[in-house]
Amino acid sequence: MSSQEHSEAALPSGRGDAHEGTVAARSDPFADPGLPPHEPRVQDIDERAAKRSERVVAFLFTLSMLATVAFIVAYVAIPVDRSVYLFPIGRVSATNITLGTTLGVALFCLGAAAIHWARTLMSDVELVDQRHPVESTPEIRSKVLADFKEGAAESGLGRRTLIRKTMLGALTLIPLSGLVLLGGLSKAAPGTKLRRTAWARGKTLINQNTLQPLRPEDIEVGSLTFAMPKGMKEEDHDFQNQIAKAAVMLVRLRPEDIKDKKELDWSADGIVAYSRICTHVGCPITLYEQQTHHVLCPCHQSTFDLSDGARVVFGPAGHALPQLRIGINKDGHLEALGDFAAPVGPSFWERG
Amino acid sequence: MVVLLFALAVTGGLYAALAPADSARADGPAQSLAIEEGRKLYAVGCASCHGTGAQGTSDGPSLVGTGPAAVDFQVATGRMPLQQHGAQAPRKKAVYSRAQIDQLAAYVASLGAGPAVPAPGQYSPEGADVAKGGELFRLNCSQCHNFTGKGGALSDGKFAPNLHGVDPRHIYEAMQTGPQNMPSFPDTVLSPKNKKDIVAYLGTVNSSTSENPGGFGLGGFGPVSEGLFAWIFGLGALIAVAVWVAARTAKAKRS
Amino acid sequence: MSTTTTTQPGARRAPAGERVADWADGRLGIYSLAKANMRKIFPDHWSFMLGEVCMYSFIIIILTGIYLTLFFHPSMNEVVYHGSFVPLQGVRMSEAFKSTVDISFDVRGGLLIRQIHHWAALIFLAGMFVHMMRVFFTGAFRKPREINWMFGFLLFVCGMLTGFTGYSLPDDLLSGTGVRIADSMILAVPLVGTYLSFYVFGGEFPGTDFVSRFFPVHILLLPGIMLALMVGHLILVFHHKHTQFAGPGRTNKNVVGMPFMPVYMAKAGGFFFLVFGAIAAISAIATINPVWDAGPYRPDHVSNGSQPDWYMGYTEGAVRAMPGWEWNVLGHTINFGVLVPVVLLVAVPAVLAMYPFVEAWITGDQREHHILDRPRNAPTRTAFGVAWLSWYGVLLLAGGNDLLGLLFHLSANGVTWFARIGFFVIPPLAFVVTRRICLGLQRRDRDKVLHGRESGIIKRLPHGEFVEVHEPLTQEQLHVLTAHEQARPIALEAAVDENGVERKLTRKEKLRARLSQGYFGEHSQIAKPTAEEYLEITSGHGHH
Repeated sequence: MSSQEHSEAALPSGRGDAHEGTVAARSDPFADPGLPPHEPRVQDIDERAAKRSERVVAFLFTLSMLATVAFIVAYVAIPVDRSVYLFPIGRVSATNITLGTTLGVALFCLGAAAIHWARTLMSDVELVDQRHPVESTPEIRSKVLADFKEGAAESGLGRRTLIRKTMLGALTLIPLSGLVLLGGLSKAAPGTKLRRTAWARGKTLINQNTLQPLRPEDIEVGSLTFAMPKGMKEEDHDFQNQIAKAAVMLVRLRPEDIKDKKELDWSADGIVAYSRICTHVGCPITLYEQQTHHVLCPCHQSTFDLSDGARVVFGPAGHALPQLRIGINKDGHLEALGDFAAPVGPSFWERG
Repeated sequence: MVVLLFALAVTGGLYAALAPADSARADGPAQSLAIEEGRKLYAVGCASCHGTGAQGTSDGPSLVGTGPAAVDFQVATGRMPLQQHGAQAPRKKAVYSRAQIDQLAAYVASLGAGPAVPAPGQYSPEGADVAKGGELFRLNCSQCHNFTGKGGALSDGKFAPNLHGVDPRHIYEAMQTGPQNMPSFPDTVLSPKNKKDIVAYLGTVNSSTSENPGGFGLGGFGPVSEGLFAWIFGLGALIAVAVWVAARTAKAKRS
Repeated sequence: MSTTTTTQPGARRAPAGERVADWADGRLGIYSLAKANMRKIFPDHWSFMLGEVCMYSFIIIILTGIYLTLFFHPSMNEVVYHGSFVPLQGVRMSEAFKSTVDISFDVRGGLLIRQIHHWAALIFLAGMFVHMMRVFFTGAFRKPREINWMFGFLLFVCGMLTGFTGYSLPDDLLSGTGVRIADSMILAVPLVGTYLSFYVFGGEFPGTDFVSRFFPVHILLLPGIMLALMVGHLILVFHHKHTQFAGPGRTNKNVVGMPFMPVYMAKAGGFFFLVFGAIAAISAIATINPVWDAGPYRPDHVSNGSQPDWYMGYTEGAVRAMPGWEWNVLGHTINFGVLVPVVLLVAVPAVLAMYPFVEAWITGDQREHHILDRPRNAPTRTAFGVAWLSWYGVLLLAGGNDLLGLLFHLSANGVTWFARIGFFVIPPLAFVVTRRICLGLQRRDRDKVLHGRESGIIKRLPHGEFVEVHEPLTQEQLHVLTAHEQARPIALEAAVDENGVERKLTRKEKLRARLSQGYFGEHSQIAKPTAEEYLEITSGHGHH
């Protein structure tokens, strides 16, 4: 620390001029009266009280030791899968509660002992330290600046512009290597990845609960069904990436309730299929209120009207959910009639 | 829009006299007796909103074809008869006895086919796959009811209720029938086995015997309640300790 | 008294401790290092220990974090769970998630360490927040401590990022939803967002890379930066010496308190164990982040009530409350609905971080300040701070709109609208109200100084009038209530200089003068009582 030069040893280590203010007070009623004289604590004047404090401190240290022993015993003795009923918490893990409490007590008593010791037995006489301005003296300042100028002149950096400019150039370019190396972070360019999903013409809709192909008569008015394209399996290595885009929900509406003409055209037998990925920030948006035909997002409450082209009726989403055009194939199963017409999920710069 | 009902038990008597005698077809004398009793109960307690023939009015939807499971769910969980109009009907103490509910269900069943009340074997946890139930719950249910069915908010003050302490039979019926704004999950969409698994999962994670290995569950609401706890009890306790650490020790005498 | 050292007068050899110290001094020069610091003075005040809460929770987080890395597998390889937690058996999940569940159920004490780690993280951030508010409202950020204010601020920001990356590591359904939202926020960045997202996730979201990438950032990069910042922060605290409140014997040129050795050392050391003990006890009785309930992340699963940890709550609130404005400009999408929250994520804390420099510019004050302000004596600063807090609070509320709705039977949509309007309306209101309260308190201080403390004793005067006896304050109290200085607003320099040439005032100068007027003008502070006023009142006929 740099303040050493200021020879703090010369400062008064004690309380110093405690009563300097009393004289000034006559003229200035608001003057600083100075540090009040030290008042002793009980422990300072009564050895029995001090002994009592000492015993409390020792007791706390001992308690801490005992708690640590208890911690070790609990660690060894209690099976990791044992659970106990503890009022009012309920059934909890026996190891967690015992290890946690014993560790807590061991640490807390250790700390409390130290604090009690410091508060009651160590000196509580307030001491004064002087401050020194942080900024350097003018002499030091001019010395350093002169040294710097001398060094700079010797380097010739100011004079030899060719060196200066090429050096700056080299230093600027060097970090680029590091930046370029980060290029390996992405295995592929975005391309059309955010526009394409696993849906295609002729892909059957598979019920995600039963993993069976869906028939129109499976779906009632007021029910909610989740589907994925045929051929997609949970075990697939890219299942997570694919389902993140392909997840759809199916609801049946009475044709007279559908307000949007395109929605009606893209439905099959009153069943409409919409992307389940919120156009706001991509949560699966499946809080379907069957009486209002609204779906809302559990994350940020964007609300879409499924009876009106899934347009946004509330919340932070910027555009409607993309609809999947579906039909009924010759086996009587629901099938997609193509991929989504618009990119699913949140907006991005190239979305258009 | 949400059409809800009023329990007008007092005025219901008037309707009893006017109620039409629907030609309820029954399989046996006991059944037809139940339907007849149910019809009377209906006329007193339900007809004011759902209409004298259960065809629905502006105050309540038609009950034709809703089935006995819906009646059992709505009446046995106390949602019906409705006390007052609100964002949605809350769960409360049931008004009718078990026998009366069965009679009401029989009456509504006689109006048109609908989901039947499940048998105990259908919703008991025996033979259920709890983990599969968890996966299905996270796919179909948790978006409204939260990870472990602690409940969640919907739009405009509507909410998905906490499923703690709900009879497994009523959970099963709710999935079958889709009460109020909840969508239904008919057997063609969510198989009986799927439903059984879901009921078993809820029994494991959200009942009075569920474990909370880490201690207080803080309502199961995740980071919001955790944050409040950390601020109030965590930082609060530490500040209280800091006040003690920094406080001046008591002096021997104060003038 | 009982703490004497073991120096034995007349012993032939120095005690072992001294010999070790001599050895070290010969190589490190520790004596000259310790000379100024062994008995360094630290003022005692509970609010000065908030920083310690942060430092200790940080140490606890590092200790428990190291333990957790021994068992955590930062991998997104898919495995089928067959561990001891029944409701997940047979479920496909990433290794990261599986190892987190294993730490919770199969490693003895693993759950406790996980919970300590996470509780300590929440308390660390909360502690930094309150510490920052303490520094702000007492004006401790003024010269020479602006750099340390920035260090602290950067620590808070790094803490937020470290917390978020750590929250994402278990790859559970809750954190995965958070990562999905973060990805969408990256996608909303104009021009480069799509590419940025692909670089972060190694391709499309979620991919199989982000856990193994967040891991080194969470355990190495950010903690390393934070450790460096914290060491710098502490060195500066030592170097500047701690600030203190005004009081008898306390001036801008000294520091009054307890010596580092032994009192402060014992108190600081003891406090570490108290903090650790309290957090361990909390972790014994309260669950945090039960990932086993959340289940593994799948992009097509979600839960109601998905929120980030509290320190990201203001961003979450901005994301929830922002209307869905989306522009299509020349075939490109600008998604303000998400972009504005991204900006607020940075802007809300930055506004506070920049404040000290703005205040320094307005006041033009070049002096060092070591005596803290009472918040009431800096009404404009205090009002600004409260306005900022209310701003932050509105966003935080919006981030929990659904749970507020659920628990208090409100409409979540209503809470959102409250936040949308409150975002603009509440901070100015808070500013005006706070300033009035500050001025009221200043007035009360003034009355107290001039007329004494209301004693509650009612006296009946001979002519029948009732008066309350006011007790005069001690000199100590008088000093504390009048020690602060009251600045005068900068006056606009004369428009004509000494040569009679008209001088044009720049707009910057005008703005500064106007702001200064707002800070220190007549309506912004109550003149503190002068000695003359005091003497005039007290020398007369006592109290009245």
